[in-house]
Amino acid sequence: MTREVEELVLEAGRTERHYWRDLWRYRELLYILAWRDIAVRYKQTAIGVAWALLQPLAQMVVMVVIFSKVANMPSDGGAPYALMVFAAMLPWQFFATSVSSASMSIAGNANLISKVYFPRLIVPAAAVVTSLVDFFIAFAILVALMLWYGYAPSWRMLTLPLFVLLALFAAFGPGLLITALNTEYRDFRYVIPFIVQFGLYVSPVGFSSEVIRERFGDALFLLYSINPMVGVIDGFRWAILGGEVPLHMPALALSFVLSAGFLALGVLYFRRLERSFADVV
Amino acid sequence: MADTVIRVEGLGKRYRLRHQRQDGYIALRDVLADKARALGRRLLGRGSAVPEDEEEFWALRDVSFELKRGEVLGIIGRNGAGKSTLLKILSRITEPTEGRVRIRGRVASLLEVGTGFHPELTGRENIFLNGAILGMTRVEIRRKFDEIAAFAEVDRFLDTPVKRYSSGMYVRLAFAVAAHLEPEILVVDEVLAVGDTEFQKKCLGKMKEVSSSEGRTVLFVSHNLAAVRNICRLCILLDKGRVVLLGPVDDAVAAYSKLTASSGRIRPVRADMPTITSVVVNEQLASAGQLSIGISFESPTVLHPLIVGVVVYSELGSAVFGFNTAQDAKSIQWSAKKGIATLRIADPPLLSGTYRIAAFLGDKMQNYDVIEDAAWLTFISPVTLPMGVDANYIGYTRVSGEWTIDIPAAEHR
Repeated sequence: MTREVEELVLEAGRTERHYWRDLWRYRELLYILAWRDIAVRYKQTAIGVAWALLQPLAQMVVMVVIFSKVANMPSDGGAPYALMVFAAMLPWQFFATSVSSASMSIAGNANLISKVYFPRLIVPAAAVVTSLVDFFIAFAILVALMLWYGYAPSWRMLTLPLFVLLALFAAFGPGLLITALNTEYRDFRYVIPFIVQFGLYVSPVGFSSEVIRERFGDALFLLYSINPMVGVIDGFRWAILGGEVPLHMPALALSFVLSAGFLALGVLYFRRLERSFADVV
Repeated sequence: MADTVIRVEGLGKRYRLRHQRQDGYIALRDVLADKARALGRRLLGRGSAVPEDEEEFWALRDVSFELKRGEVLGIIGRNGAGKSTLLKILSRITEPTEGRVRIRGRVASLLEVGTGFHPELTGRENIFLNGAILGMTRVEIRRKFDEIAAFAEVDRFLDTPVKRYSSGMYVRLAFAVAAHLEPEILVVDEVLAVGDTEFQKKCLGKMKEVSSSEGRTVLFVSHNLAAVRNICRLCILLDKGRVVLLGPVDDAVAAYSKLTASSGRIRPVRADMPTITSVVVNEQLASAGQLSIGISFESPTVLHPLIVGVVVYSELGSAVFGFNTAQDAKSIQWSAKKGIATLRIADPPLLSGTYRIAAFLGDKMQNYDVIEDAAWLTFISPVTLPMGVDANYIGYTRVSGEWTIDIPAAEHR
């Protein structure tokens, strides 16, 4: 056997050393766990796909009725209101499902955690990847909606992958943080639906963020952009809808910096609690 | 020296037991409340004494040993002796609290058969899933796929969801995946408790082969002493987290038998009342599907007729069955002042699980001594339940029966 034999030392507080290398070594487990979740979901129910389609669609209809018809809010640069809402619903749904499925992932895989070693970061990461698949399914609705409205995308559509990346970034940090909290404190799960619910209304999903900027001014808008999803959603709208509304760079930069900060915090906190996961699940 | 693959030095693992919280989980609500209370106390200047509701418990302490390449180490001990904790540390599932382990080579652990198997997925899909969980790459799995399927003898059912597998097939498939890992070190927990005898033999053979001809190191935990004797030369006996004996397997097994013989509780003799002095459950037999319970008693007067009995309760507290000396024609007229009454049941119709034993002592008139929790019993039935079926749901007795079906002709397709 030519495999080089290296020495592994296990002692209290020593797991750090090989962590990132192990994470790379176990990358296939990430695909496989994500694949398992997707395969199981779509095997068990035909509703699986329908659910990924129906949920954002239904929410969009409600939002359009409330914000456009009842509250008479303006759309971004003349795009159909439904389209504007849906362009925001995509990243928001992704964020919400990522956070809530990641938060349940450790408990849901307790049998693995207590019986096999692998870098635990893989479990919530797989949950986020699974949510990404739902995102792509929902993206198909967007394409259909655009066809329906006869709304042609501009060159900016090509920048969308960058914003998808940003959304992934923005979701993973808080996702990890909440996953770790939820594993450590079993009553934290009651808080999660509240966070997701609350986030939906503080983020500019049902309305344009321009409304906020016009009413409260640039300084307050920057404060509003502390919510990383503001930058992500604006980016999505900018890329998908085209139109005259410019991309608000400071807000986008803030979103990026905060997402990175959240990610660092999430990874640190997760790593700190992770060691005891096998003892608490 | 170059041959040493595992060196364990002064290993210890401490758990904190939390009282007061019955479910054992930490609730954020409690943590916040405690913090607020501590803050309030500090503000009021009453010191910062936080109520101590934690108790420390060492699951493992001062464990040291060395293993060389190609050796097979058996690990035996009673329930709660620290065997599983040791394996969990070695397989990196949990961190030690003190001490150090040096390992040279890749470790694969098989602490449970079919970890991560998903009932909805097919056999083929589960081979890939389980392989990845155990640390194999897709390329590796693909290369060994045929071998795995052949070892498991499930070739024909590879595209059937495993929820339709019999428990035997399920176990075979799961073990087959693990057996085809190529780690330098293989860590195996009580996995052979399931599966039929034929397959157990095959698994033991595979483990022997892996160590002797391929030079891999194996750590093997089992209650099945015959199996341990069969494949190990070296053995560790653990008790209450400490190493009692590390040496040739025969010595360890002998010491273990002595240890288990004295399990159960010993109580002081009372001068004025008939007393049960000890209740001993043979754990070794229990893990092989048999029951043997010895009840020692002492009485100031002759008990006539002597009535000694046990009641077996489920983990959740319902009585499963009871049996006393008045129920057996041979013992119905016994009389004695002192002795050991032993109940043997060769094939109790119980499903695998944890049971509580209550014992009582009396005569025709009354019970003199009753011990509600005389002993706990981990019973392993020779018949395994299908996946997802739990004795706590379907009841505790093992029945055998036969199903038939009549399908109306119109339904035939």
